[in-house]
Amino acid sequence: MIFLTNLINGLSLGSVYAIIALGYTMVYGISKMLNFAHGDVIMVGAYISFCGTSYLGLPAWVSVVLAMAVCTALGIIIEGLAYRPLRGTGSLAVLITAIGVSYFLQNAALLIWGSAPKVFTSVFSGMGSSIRLFDGGLTVTWEAVFTLLIAILIMILMTMFTTRTKMGKAMRAVSEDNGAARLMGINVNSTISMTFAIGSALAAVAGVLLCSAYPALMPTTGAMPGIKAFTAAVFGGIGSIPGAMLGGILIGVIEVFGRAYISTELSDTIVFGVLIIVLLVKPTGLLGKKITEKV
Amino acid sequence: MKFKFKFNPNKKRYREDLVQGPIYDTYENYDESKPSIDYAVLPEREKETAPILETRGVGIDFGGLTAVDEFTITVGPTEIAGIIGPNGAGKTTIFNLLTKVYQPTRGTFFFDGQDTRGLNTTKMSELGVARTFQNIRLFDKLTVEENVKAAMHREINYGLLSGLIHGPKYRRQEKEAHEKALQLLSIFDMQDMANYRAGSLPYGAQRRLEIVRALATEPKLLLLDEPAAGMNPSETAELMNNIRKIRDTFRIAIILIEHDMSLVMNVCEDIAVLNFGRVIAKGTPKEIQSNPAVIEAYLGKKKEAK
Amino acid sequence: MKKITSKGLSPYRKNEIISYGIAILGFAVISVLRSLGMVSSSLQGQLVPICAYVIMAVSLNLVVGISGELSLGHAGFMSVGAYTGIVVSGIMGTMGAADPVRFFAAVIAGALAAGVAGFLIGIPVLRLRGDYLAIVTLAFGEIIKNIMNIVYAGIDENGFHISTKSDYGLSAEGRMLLNGPMGATQVDRISTFFYGFILVMVTLFVVQNILNSRQGRAIMACRDNRIASESIGLNVMKNKLMAFTVSSALAGMGGVLFGLNYSTLLPIKFNFNTSILILVFVVLGGLGNIWGSMIAAIVLTVLPEALRQFADYRMLVYAVVLIVVMIATYNPAIRSRVSAFAEKYLRRKKPDAAPAEGGAD
Repeated sequence: MIFLTNLINGLSLGSVYAIIALGYTMVYGISKMLNFAHGDVIMVGAYISFCGTSYLGLPAWVSVVLAMAVCTALGIIIEGLAYRPLRGTGSLAVLITAIGVSYFLQNAALLIWGSAPKVFTSVFSGMGSSIRLFDGGLTVTWEAVFTLLIAILIMILMTMFTTRTKMGKAMRAVSEDNGAARLMGINVNSTISMTFAIGSALAAVAGVLLCSAYPALMPTTGAMPGIKAFTAAVFGGIGSIPGAMLGGILIGVIEVFGRAYISTELSDTIVFGVLIIVLLVKPTGLLGKKITEKV
Repeated sequence: MKFKFKFNPNKKRYREDLVQGPIYDTYENYDESKPSIDYAVLPEREKETAPILETRGVGIDFGGLTAVDEFTITVGPTEIAGIIGPNGAGKTTIFNLLTKVYQPTRGTFFFDGQDTRGLNTTKMSELGVARTFQNIRLFDKLTVEENVKAAMHREINYGLLSGLIHGPKYRRQEKEAHEKALQLLSIFDMQDMANYRAGSLPYGAQRRLEIVRALATEPKLLLLDEPAAGMNPSETAELMNNIRKIRDTFRIAIILIEHDMSLVMNVCEDIAVLNFGRVIAKGTPKEIQSNPAVIEAYLGKKKEAK
Repeated sequence: MKKITSKGLSPYRKNEIISYGIAILGFAVISVLRSLGMVSSSLQGQLVPICAYVIMAVSLNLVVGISGELSLGHAGFMSVGAYTGIVVSGIMGTMGAADPVRFFAAVIAGALAAGVAGFLIGIPVLRLRGDYLAIVTLAFGEIIKNIMNIVYAGIDENGFHISTKSDYGLSAEGRMLLNGPMGATQVDRISTFFYGFILVMVTLFVVQNILNSRQGRAIMACRDNRIASESIGLNVMKNKLMAFTVSSALAGMGGVLFGLNYSTLLPIKFNFNTSILILVFVVLGGLGNIWGSMIAAIVLTVLPEALRQFADYRMLVYAVVLIVVMIATYNPAIRSRVSAFAEKYLRRKKPDAAPAEGGAD
């Protein structure tokens, strides 16, 4: 039973990572940059949702929509102001700018909301505490169930979006070859903005789900999950949507199992250790494509 | 099983060795029922000496696609050979095979008497194969002189500690290398550019620097991939002289891939024509120019090239 | 044989002179100001960390700028050096060794330990490329921090103890050196600005000499064009591993200097953010530009203090400054405008002959 509980917790945490990793992977695919500010967008999303319910008294779902809207706008603004001027100058310059944005968001949150942790009320709190199975032998929280379901739903929607819609195809075209896409009449700027918008909206969802499960909300809340999700994206093969999903879930499960069965202090070591081993065996991640250099 | 081929100087005519010698038995992939080798074309002076390069039925597949097949040539130690053929015929792929950027799927080749199976690019360079690239690959952020010095392993071999403290061995070797680098650059009259960044050089100078860098490894075989690309006629004529000069001073073999027919026909002693990954003709420039298969595949469409 | 000479001075000389000049001048000016009592106490406290960060930035430049591999785990090697140094210094302290002996023994031990760690980690890591290498170095950095979190060490009359458990049988008179997540405690603060200056000079000497040697050329050749460097017979893996190991050892040295400057030192100090901070110095100072790294490390360490007037907003301002400076330095439109301006007023005649200075990868 403990095993099952751990598995469900792992899947749920992994689903959050997967949603964040999806944002990472999409942004990486289209602009070949590591967006280190992504984790902080999660934190902003959680704070907005928190303000919606706690200060404005909005219903939970409205506050989530509000958080998504704010993060979408934030994503577009960040891309336009900080990343667009550096497009095509090499990934390192943009990486440092992303770090600057990350500092900015964290310190802005610190000024607005203070450093004391806010206690986040779960958006699923209206549904009763948890589901009891096997005469109480197995307790599953609503957060865990919904997180998993939402992650699967998002994954299906994103796959359909990128394969069926015109915008989705434009995104894939731009990730494949920016210059050729431009020549084919695709508006590269708006496509990239759109990708950031979607990624940031997903980050807001992830933030709400994360804080519903782990209620302490601080300006640095997004940093570690951001790094873990980035790890997950690479683990699954960066640039691949199913890869991000698979990587996220695996990282979540490994983390929870590592903490439960091996060592609490070393759970991160186990996660990163597995990542290193996977990359050494398969250098482009689980579902990543191999790119060979033409001579 | 590894087999090391040593040329037997007692045998007078090398070409007979090629066809009947015992070496064939050792190739796993050699199909005796269809000998792929016609007689090697070597300049008269090379016929008594061991060849620097001989390839045997070399082929490579990419996925299901056969890029090069049954590639068999012999190059003498001071020969200037040419490989020509239409775009996409597999010429650069052959250079990539000879430098082991790709490992051949079939067949193998001998360099300086040594079987090259299992060797990598670095090892091929040590054995004495140097090349230039079709799309220039210089060390852009290094200076011209550093580009040349980076290739001089035979002159500069001091250890890490010497490199760290810049001891006497460092100073002596660096000084010698500096002088030699300038000597090599002077082949193309580039010694005044020694302190410029390689990436800031004009296109023609970059092509010449690639040749100098290749020479700095002290090769026995130099592979030039379209050395005249982007050069004007007078530059090409100068290059032609320099290719001969290089061969005469360094006594090395040169294989060049080129689209400029005036260069190929003037400089090369022996030409292989490639089409769809296969050698369709071999011979002296004269023979090639009158070969109907070649004219059909290639030259026929380019009358002005004759 | 005709003697041929090249025109002009080797471009390395100029950069070497600038780097050593900055270090010596900085040390001299600060020393004079200190003897006159004109250095504020907050800056006084930052002198050693500045030296440590300069060492970290210059050594990371060897990997990121000169070897061209993005490493996000440099703080991990710093922590290996710092804790090794603290343990060695602590043991020698109980044996009654003099401070300079303790310090330099700690520096050597810390550099060796970090160098070995860098070598062992480099073997698998350097087989990867680009962003994959970045994520694995990040992972190793976190793993090192994580392991430091569970190491306990102390010394008493029964000798040296090291364990992963907090109750490892240290006697009551014993001296605790490493205390798991609480980090190092009761550290003797034996780092001085003068020692920091010496270590900065050592770092500059090592990195700049490598840069202008067979090994340095090989590393940069592999960075500029891997395929071409293989074709001239360079062993890419070996050269990159060498750069990574040397860089790690220097980072360990910087770690010792840093660690012995505080009486307590938490493992969390060496997390991902510190690695990133050092990377910011390198990128802002210009990839491959040694003195640029030095200036960036100095300015960005002092900047938060200088922004004190902004009070609570200072880190926000810091972030904005970082973004604006990055855009101003790297944006193609702004760059071309700046160089056009320079062309007009400064009159540059020769084509740019400087090696690997500034510029994106």
